[in-house]
Amino acid sequence: MSQEILNYVESTNLNENVCEFEIGDMVDVHTKIMEGAKERVQVFSGVVIAKSGSGSREMFTVRRIVSGQGVERKFPLHSPRIVKVEIKRSSVVRRAKLYYLRERSGKAVRLKERRTDRKKVGSRQ
Amino acid sequence: MAGNSKVVGILGRKVGMTQVYDDAGRVVPVTVVEAGPCDVLQVRTVARDGYEAVQIGYLDKPRRLASRSQRGQVARLDSKRSRGRASGGVVPAARADCEPKRFVREVRGSVGDLEVGSRVDVGAFEGISHVDVVATSKGRGFSGAMKRHNFSGQRATHGVKKCHRHLGGTGCSAYPSRLFKGVRMPGQYGARQSTMRNQKLVRIDVERNLLLICGAVPGPNGGFVVVKETNKL
Repeated sequence: MSQEILNYVESTNLNENVCEFEIGDMVDVHTKIMEGAKERVQVFSGVVIAKSGSGSREMFTVRRIVSGQGVERKFPLHSPRIVKVEIKRSSVVRRAKLYYLRERSGKAVRLKERRTDRKKVGSRQ
Repeated sequence: MAGNSKVVGILGRKVGMTQVYDDAGRVVPVTVVEAGPCDVLQVRTVARDGYEAVQIGYLDKPRRLASRSQRGQVARLDSKRSRGRASGGVVPAARADCEPKRFVREVRGSVGDLEVGSRVDVGAFEGISHVDVVATSKGRGFSGAMKRHNFSGQRATHGVKKCHRHLGGTGCSAYPSRLFKGVRMPGQYGARQSTMRNQKLVRIDVERNLLLICGAVPGPNGGFVVVKETNKL
């Protein structure tokens, strides 16, 4: 009973046009940030290495290398501040959490590309 | 606040905690309280009781479990005495004419247009930004000074013998040769009335009788709580 009420409260928070992406995807995350009084969109691009939580509490972690230093940012999936998540490239991965990328650098970070359905259709033509 | 002279209070149950996004897109931790509708059972007036308050009740109680006095509190019962009083010209007090209530509390403040039998729901909190929440905290039994009063305990090594979680000294020696009152020590912790004051009211859901209160609320999920307009601003 009480769980139903909590689920309802969380469902009111779900972002309907949430972008779908998979672990291992290279993504551009467009987020709204306040700069003084002005609002602008900032882009953070990297590899999705983890998703956690469920419902409106779901989070995802994006990792990228900035001038030789690994940077990870964790976003709430349903946050109204996320404008969109663009998928640049998908990869073949065999894990739900790609934490092993943290110990790797250089060429070892590369992931094998996964051909998406759209490209398959294109190749048939 | 909001030019509202009427007392604003309601009874409910704690549902649990979750998080919601506010207008700025920030995550706000909230406690969901399912509250009301409550029946006004009695009204205290300055003339009769010396203070103003409303007594409200939440959730019905099966009549077979309610005592006669509880049933008589909400509805007029026939008795030899009441017949005698009526014949003597005594006007009986008003009754709410509802089922006996499981949880009954008084909320002090000016009564306004509330009267016995009227209903209070979460819509009464419209326009109120902060609330006080009164509830019974979770019982922790007989607890040591570390858990109960956040004492530091003693060291793990350096010759400390079997008293790593002790409270340490409790006073001086020859003077005063006694313990001062109020020294913090182990004892019963929790299961007492606890009030969280000035909690932000994040959202009101009139349709489902829900209040979303920023932050934590005392007690277990399912525990009864009193929510009222804050008196601390």
